[in-house]
Amino acid sequence: METPIKENKISRRKFLKRGGGITFLIAAAGVPVWGLRNHEKETNPGQITAWVHLDENGTITIYNPAAEMGQGTMTALAAIVAEEMDADWSMVKIMDAPVEPEIYGIGWGGERGGSMLTVGSRSVSGHYRNLRQSGAQARYVLLHNVAREWKVDIKELTTQEGHVIHSKSNRKISYGEIAGFIQLPEELPEIPESEWKDPKDFRLIGKEFQRKDIPEKVDGSAVFSTDIMVQDMVYGVVSRSPVNGSKPELKNESEIKALDGMLGVLMLDHGIGLVADSMESVLKAKRNCQISWNGNPKALGHNSREAYEDYNKMAESDSSGNIITSSGNLRNELSLSDKIIKADYKNDYVYHAQMEPLNAVAHVKADRAEVWAGTQAADGTRKAIADHLKIPLESVKLHTCFLGGGFGRRSMTDYVLEAVDLSKAMGRPVKLQWTREDDIQFGAFRPMSLQCMEAGIDQKGKINAWRHVVVGTGGGLLGSGADIPFYDIPNKHIEVRNIDHGIRTKHWRAVGHGPNKFAIETFLDEIAVAQKLDPYQLRRELMKNHPRALKVLDTAAKMADWGGKVPEGRARGIGFAERSGTLAAGVCEISLNRNTGKIKVHKIWGAMDAGVVVHPQNAKGQMEGALVMGLSSVLNESITFKDGRVEQSNFNNYPLLRMEDSPEEIAIEIIPSTEPPAGIGEAGLPFMGAVVSNAFASLTGKRLRHMPFTPEKVKEVLAS
Amino acid sequence: MTTSFILNGKKVEVTAASDANLLWTLRERLQLTGTKYGCGASFCGTCTVHLEGKPIKACVTPLSAVEGKEVLTIEGLSENRSHPLQIAWIEEQVPQCGYCHSGQIMQAAALLKANPNPSREEILSHMNAVLCRCGTYPRIMKAIEKTIQNT
Repeated sequence: METPIKENKISRRKFLKRGGGITFLIAAAGVPVWGLRNHEKETNPGQITAWVHLDENGTITIYNPAAEMGQGTMTALAAIVAEEMDADWSMVKIMDAPVEPEIYGIGWGGERGGSMLTVGSRSVSGHYRNLRQSGAQARYVLLHNVAREWKVDIKELTTQEGHVIHSKSNRKISYGEIAGFIQLPEELPEIPESEWKDPKDFRLIGKEFQRKDIPEKVDGSAVFSTDIMVQDMVYGVVSRSPVNGSKPELKNESEIKALDGMLGVLMLDHGIGLVADSMESVLKAKRNCQISWNGNPKALGHNSREAYEDYNKMAESDSSGNIITSSGNLRNELSLSDKIIKADYKNDYVYHAQMEPLNAVAHVKADRAEVWAGTQAADGTRKAIADHLKIPLESVKLHTCFLGGGFGRRSMTDYVLEAVDLSKAMGRPVKLQWTREDDIQFGAFRPMSLQCMEAGIDQKGKINAWRHVVVGTGGGLLGSGADIPFYDIPNKHIEVRNIDHGIRTKHWRAVGHGPNKFAIETFLDEIAVAQKLDPYQLRRELMKNHPRALKVLDTAAKMADWGGKVPEGRARGIGFAERSGTLAAGVCEISLNRNTGKIKVHKIWGAMDAGVVVHPQNAKGQMEGALVMGLSSVLNESITFKDGRVEQSNFNNYPLLRMEDSPEEIAIEIIPSTEPPAGIGEAGLPFMGAVVSNAFASLTGKRLRHMPFTPEKVKEVLAS
Repeated sequence: MTTSFILNGKKVEVTAASDANLLWTLRERLQLTGTKYGCGASFCGTCTVHLEGKPIKACVTPLSAVEGKEVLTIEGLSENRSHPLQIAWIEEQVPQCGYCHSGQIMQAAALLKANPNPSREEILSHMNAVLCRCGTYPRIMKAIEKTIQNT
């Protein structure tokens, strides 16, 4: 174990040594693995679920299996365990779980032991039942011990906020006191769901409580990987290919090596690694590198503005792509339709722009490695390091840190492996820091795409046929959210056609839902206008067989007083979207400066049904944040490529939404539900493009069909 | 080159190359990592600290510029998170990822020091300097307005 000068969490082993309490390592199969050993080699893969550590002073430490990147799940997940074990929340501390997916991972179906991959808003929804079980098991251990100590029947014992109670003899004992005599039962049973806490007795789930990570985020003490300091650490940066796939040739190596403070220059496949004794020195070296970029990579031919023309041709061609869904007889019904409505929508590339630029600290030694990183893919990163160095997984110690934003970008491992390469070459710890320019220019973006929509309207004015062809780059990233499961249209065909431009694309908050729901929800509005229908009523009709969705839409409409009086010079738009199981609807109110072309969003009303919501206060915060981030992408954000090069470089030419452009008022309502929890973190984002475009159409009679709606584009549309 | 200045109320001396920068000095030489790197070009405000009571971007400030002057960072803003803004930030549950909030709070603290009762417009134009990708702006506004009401 390296001795870091500063580290966010005590290592687990150190913690266990000095904790002096008892760690419950709970096995689902009824085989507990106890003790303070490095259990990694001893676990039964796929079986173990959760950990709770109890100190004699009553402190309960709950392990957090997911990345904390701002979404607040470290608090929500611990609250689920604390709820079932009836812990006193004020005594609960949270620590990142070790990177051991057999224990802390989760499968896509919520089964135990998948990966520790924090994506798709799945942390609470995926872990919910398992963590209730783990909490119930921890409670069982406490009850079991008190029953033995007091020689009473376990069935006579109850718990109440950090205490075990025997009402028959009027005795009460705190969890901390139990730690003093605790012994671990031979077998730990699965607690049947019927014995879990009755939701009406919940003290935490669905109630108001504070996030545990916020105090350290208001005084600068929260530790991100960029804050890690290790003895003898030096600083690294990389000058990366401006065109993805081009190979570097450093022209002035001796000059660079001679610069003050320079310690090393490393040739990487995709760039030049530089290491120096300070950030200033290494950044100076980077500025002074003369590199010729060689090769003829595919990306060199990519010009994003022109790519839309190719997409148009691809959309019109007879070839077929991946079918997302196909039902009824679309061709027949379209030809029989009374009226056909068509529209195309465009979406530029979008950059993650997490506020903490990518970075990692690595110390690679002869046969092992120790790494500090903020990552959405804890186990994937650990494995990637082991594979990269060709050493066993057990020889890689990965310390997970807070993430200064992730949004999908930190599910990649590129930045961590660079730190590993530099440390290996230097034989000492290296902090690898990406500059903002690096982060943008070597980004991996939400793909650009064209959405071609076509609807057939029958004689009764109903939408009888629906065709949606998505054309773009990024393969599997394009299709999410293209389906319309809550709108009943008898004949539909939804398809994705992909082209590879050789550039880097990646999941970005809500993935394809942002572009696809923009197209779908704007197109519905266009149909409503063409049919002289209220867009809210049109949606109500389409989702009449989906009561939960209907309730969400009705709630948003009611909150906004849809159809009521709107202030002079303003207009409203409505939209609906599902994402990660959460149903969400929104209304926004905008005004427009016709001289500058600037749209101002004044208010947003949002409603969601996310099943059981563990932490409503935080869920509202997530929806607020998703609406604002969504609005930023809708109004401002565009990455463009010229000859394969990203044209943007920093926040001056990739402007994020600032405070003055944030809505004056955001109101959120959560629909009460007893359904299983759904994913919340992305749900507010997908409809934002449509609600703004729809409000704009209501205000001006003109339609915005190409995100982002920059002032230049707005003025163009107004003049059209 | 040695630079002396007052950091969070205490005199410090730093010996570093002449091109040393305030942000990297605070973070890497003095290990006050509450001040963050975000863009290196004064666009995002994540690195905001006070120089003689006024908000500046540490990322574009040469170390030599603070010679003999007072620098305040988030670590020196209060004892035990007791600054009214920090209290309001917790009450309103403002941060998400948290990365920008040292900058947000330092920016807001400078405003309230100079003008204890700013209008909403004044708050907006002042706070425009600091970006938040998580979209916590509505809660930042609530926390600042609450602080103004309470003091």
